[in-house]
Amino acid sequence: MWEYTGKVKDHFLNPRNVGVVEDADGIGEVGSLACGDALKLSFKLGPDKTIEEAKFQTFGCASAIASSSVLTEMLKGMSLEEAAKVSNEDIAQALGGLPKEKMHCSVMGRDALEKAISHYHGQEAKKVDGEIVCECFGVTDKEIHRVVKEHNLSSIEDVTNYVKAGGGCEKCHGKIQEILDSYKGDVKPKPTFMTNIKKIQLIQETLEREIRPTLKQDGGDIELVDVDGDKVFVRLQGRCSTCQVSQVTLKDYVEAKLRELVTPTLVVEEV
Amino acid sequence: METIYLDNNATTRVAPEVVEAMMPYFSDLYGNPSSMHSFGGQVAENIRQARASVAALVGADPSEILFTSCGTESDSTAIKAALAASPEKKHIVTTKVEHPAIKSLVEKLVAQGYRATFVPVDRQGNLDLDTLYKSLDDETAIVSVMWANNETGTIFPVEEIAAQVKKRGIVFHTDAVQAVGKIPIDMAASTVDMLSISGHKLHAPKGVGVLYIRKGTKFSPFLIGGHQEKGRRGGTENVASIIGLGKAAELAGKNMAKEVLQVAALRDRLEKGLLQIPNSMVNGNPENRLPNTTNISFEYVEGEAILLMMNELGICASSGSACTSGSLEPSHVLRAMGVPFTAAHGSIRFSLSIYNTQAEIDFVVEKMPPLIARLRDMSPFWADRPR
Repeated sequence: MWEYTGKVKDHFLNPRNVGVVEDADGIGEVGSLACGDALKLSFKLGPDKTIEEAKFQTFGCASAIASSSVLTEMLKGMSLEEAAKVSNEDIAQALGGLPKEKMHCSVMGRDALEKAISHYHGQEAKKVDGEIVCECFGVTDKEIHRVVKEHNLSSIEDVTNYVKAGGGCEKCHGKIQEILDSYKGDVKPKPTFMTNIKKIQLIQETLEREIRPTLKQDGGDIELVDVDGDKVFVRLQGRCSTCQVSQVTLKDYVEAKLRELVTPTLVVEEV
Repeated sequence: METIYLDNNATTRVAPEVVEAMMPYFSDLYGNPSSMHSFGGQVAENIRQARASVAALVGADPSEILFTSCGTESDSTAIKAALAASPEKKHIVTTKVEHPAIKSLVEKLVAQGYRATFVPVDRQGNLDLDTLYKSLDDETAIVSVMWANNETGTIFPVEEIAAQVKKRGIVFHTDAVQAVGKIPIDMAASTVDMLSISGHKLHAPKGVGVLYIRKGTKFSPFLIGGHQEKGRRGGTENVASIIGLGKAAELAGKNMAKEVLQVAALRDRLEKGLLQIPNSMVNGNPENRLPNTTNISFEYVEGEAILLMMNELGICASSGSACTSGSLEPSHVLRAMGVPFTAAHGSIRFSLSIYNTQAEIDFVVEKMPPLIARLRDMSPFWADRPR
């Protein structure tokens, strides 16, 4: 059983502002049935250009419903500039916190808000990089190429485990197989022994190519300070430096990624 | 608020008769069954009786019953013993829908260099026997197929598979934790080599299990230590729980007809009532499953949200939804069956016991439709669903 706060339970059992705003000024939709959660957020501005009304429709678990509900409450009375600054941590905080495994529910709220604001400004939300292969999970050919190449993946199941692609309706299995086939006979074994120089180079490469782009998506960043044996000293920056769950990011993501792509004995520490 | 407990495949209520039978072993009868004095010796005698009761429930000889700490220990013991008996054989055959007690163990063994075949299932959860038989080769050390699936209740043709596997001289094990006590099982008329039982699935307490080991099966212990269990498992016996399991086995034997008829009738009543809810469907094979289990998907809503709403009414069940597990993917069993994600996310397993009443079932049938409707009204997909 999840440890939900009283606020999560309250917003789940008595959700505020369910529905779609009539004549909405901005609408943002994220997620899908296949993902297991989805949110449609709509808002309308008042004469003073602040958000007068905000409503949601959510398919998902208790924390997804609660995150959506509390977000609609937070938005009322905000200008669009203020609304654009609402982060997923703000949503989680308004609920008195969320279990670590459920933080993605607050991210969904933030993403829908971003899309709804872009929609108001008449812009397309973030452009998709590459061509969508898996429609269930919105995964592009570029992403699949990347994981297949970097992890020497050989089966569709592996690809699903890494980026979820192919885990839904399975219609894209042919396309994923084509991508896999294009790498056959092109297997690059991971180096087993490496010198310090090689290790530092690999750490730097992994940070640049893998870790920093991901953190930047959430408004954060990371800087490599020093490497001493298997200890990697880093400094978290941007939103990461103030994020409540930064230690989780550091261990569960940064360290895990470096161990996977460089060498399994690395320990990451913040300075 | 009263609890309506429909999660008996997770664990069961300890039968009051079982509690009563166990009590003296927490107070007066604390002797060690291995002791020379009669104070301990009387406990050994009572363990003998418990062993006989468990043996009787599954048609075994008491010497074939090994007490363990849980179903997982029984499974690990069986697989490791079979592998140790034929160290030159490096192939394991099992199914895609096993409980983690087998699935995770075999995956770990694969990482250590073993080869494994995970036999697939069809849309109703029935095993692909052809693939299973074709996968057997001279390197196969053990075949392990669960008797009945914990999530859908689908029963596998374990006897038939065991007979085929035995013809090839391969060891056959079955994880029968969901089957024992719910459907009749007779080891005397079977060729199964090893069978796992879990106490708390049949109204005994948690912390006790059994591994049935057919006479003549090559065996090596999992826990090394004293001479307990004839040297097949070291460690002082969990006396009170073993006595409890003996009592529970005795009750299960007596209640078997009730389990098969009365519980099945309540399950069918529940299922029929819930299928009145639009866009709902049963997962698994309705013609061939445990009498107490039904797994129902409610489309366009998510399982964790359903469970928590049910929780507000005191109704306990489980879900194969991703959100209840902390992973991103719904249950490996429903995925292996090819249940679409749209339905898997909203799947709820109801598992009954002889302690459930018709009034409870009618309460659930009355409360579920508005609960599902409430969540669907919140869902962005409900209004736009294909009709």
